[in-house]
Amino acid sequence: MKHLLAVDDLGREGIEEVLDLTDSFVEVSARPIPKVPALRGRTVVSLFYEESTRTRLSFEAAAKRLSADTMNFNVGTSAVTKGESLRDTVLTIEAMGVDAVIVRHASAGVPVQVARWVDASVVNAGDGWHEHPTQALLDCYTIRQRLGSLVGRRIAIVGDVKHSRVARSDVAAFTSLGADVTLVAPPTLLPPSLAGWPVEVSHDLDEVLPKVDAVILLRMQQERQTEALVPSLREYTATYGLTRRRAELLDERAVVMHPGPMNRGVEIAAEVADLPCSVVTRQVANGVAVRMAVLFLLLAAGGSA
Amino acid sequence: MAERERRITPPYGGVFVARSRVMDGDDLRRALTRIAHEVIERNAGLEDILVIGLQTGGVPLAISLVEEFARIESVDVPLGTLDVAFYRDDISLRPVMPEAVTNIPAELSGRTVILVDDVLFTGRTIRAALNAVCDYGRPRAVQLAVMVDRGHRELPIRPDFVGKNLPTRRDEAVDVHADGVDLGDLEKQR
Repeated sequence: MKHLLAVDDLGREGIEEVLDLTDSFVEVSARPIPKVPALRGRTVVSLFYEESTRTRLSFEAAAKRLSADTMNFNVGTSAVTKGESLRDTVLTIEAMGVDAVIVRHASAGVPVQVARWVDASVVNAGDGWHEHPTQALLDCYTIRQRLGSLVGRRIAIVGDVKHSRVARSDVAAFTSLGADVTLVAPPTLLPPSLAGWPVEVSHDLDEVLPKVDAVILLRMQQERQTEALVPSLREYTATYGLTRRRAELLDERAVVMHPGPMNRGVEIAAEVADLPCSVVTRQVANGVAVRMAVLFLLLAAGGSA
Repeated sequence: MAERERRITPPYGGVFVARSRVMDGDDLRRALTRIAHEVIERNAGLEDILVIGLQTGGVPLAISLVEEFARIESVDVPLGTLDVAFYRDDISLRPVMPEAVTNIPAELSGRTVILVDDVLFTGRTIRAALNAVCDYGRPRAVQLAVMVDRGHRELPIRPDFVGKNLPTRRDEAVDVHADGVDLGDLEKQR
């Protein structure tokens, strides 16, 4: 594997390889010194054209726990503000000698384009509405950790599917591991066409919740919504938010997930995010181990040395 | 060498073909009993001992060694396993085996660690294991027990307890398994 641009690049076997290897890195993360020298001398640069807390920190933690050197590119303080193009920026960074570039950009397809320009490995850390593959991998890992396997599991993805790269990557990953996915959202927050999506669609959260093993709440992406897609946030919460009352409809083994950052009180009630069924912080912890596995597979293992 | 490693490990990879049996199952069992006694004698008992088997070939031997300790001294010695894949200097040449788990069940600082492996060859696995062990804590001492020392060291590493010294050619291969020890060759796969 040279790049990780979309979940479909991995296929079922590739996803399982990452998840199996993640077990090893979860163990490494639990050590007194959670660091191994596997990527010593490699350089990983994060190229984030969009704000991010957990993904950037998570990749940085992952690279550091593998002993790679990390560089951070911050658009606000870079030559981009002087008008440097994406291509020139990428080539400049590559000229400094990097082994992997972690790319986040507001436009879909940027990581694919960057991968054409550079010799380094490219990891998509979120591109527009398109994909966020490492989030899908850590979601798979978290579900597998809690429920044993994804085969035959029923997973609901609730909320702003239209603008969600997490939803796209999750659907691809979950279905290729054998789970059944139901999207729950108002019609205005679903993509214009769901042709080719191996999913069911519902507009009734109360009806779906008792039947699922996992529910993933998506953030209301107000920064991407250019028009009024829901009458009001309060009405959205009343119909599609995971309130305390709705959380009681869930099976006792079911897990509640959120890719973060959470809008407490909008898509998820403040107290529900802290219930035992919520694995939101577990997702973050697993995220580091999953990204260690991804970086390791790209930069160390399977190299045709 | 574990089955899977034997099959797909590149620099030394290939299919193991046995030429001669150098130890049988009884020899193996006796050597292990002797090593157990030597460990007890050297450390004047088994207090604060921690046995760590190196994945994958050292693990069954480490399990047997701990069983010997229980039989001889009636003591339960803690047993760990260690996969050194992430510490190797030839990491891109070897596959990582997710089923080879690392599990250190006890605080390692202040204890005497007995590293157990099946074959001592270049010493590079042991170098990696020493680095890994030191990331877990500061053991009082580390001692090395191997079933076969086949020579050809590339680092200044020597074993404390040896089942059998076996002179080999560099291109030969040694396979330790439940029924004994075989000397043979790795037939390269085309």
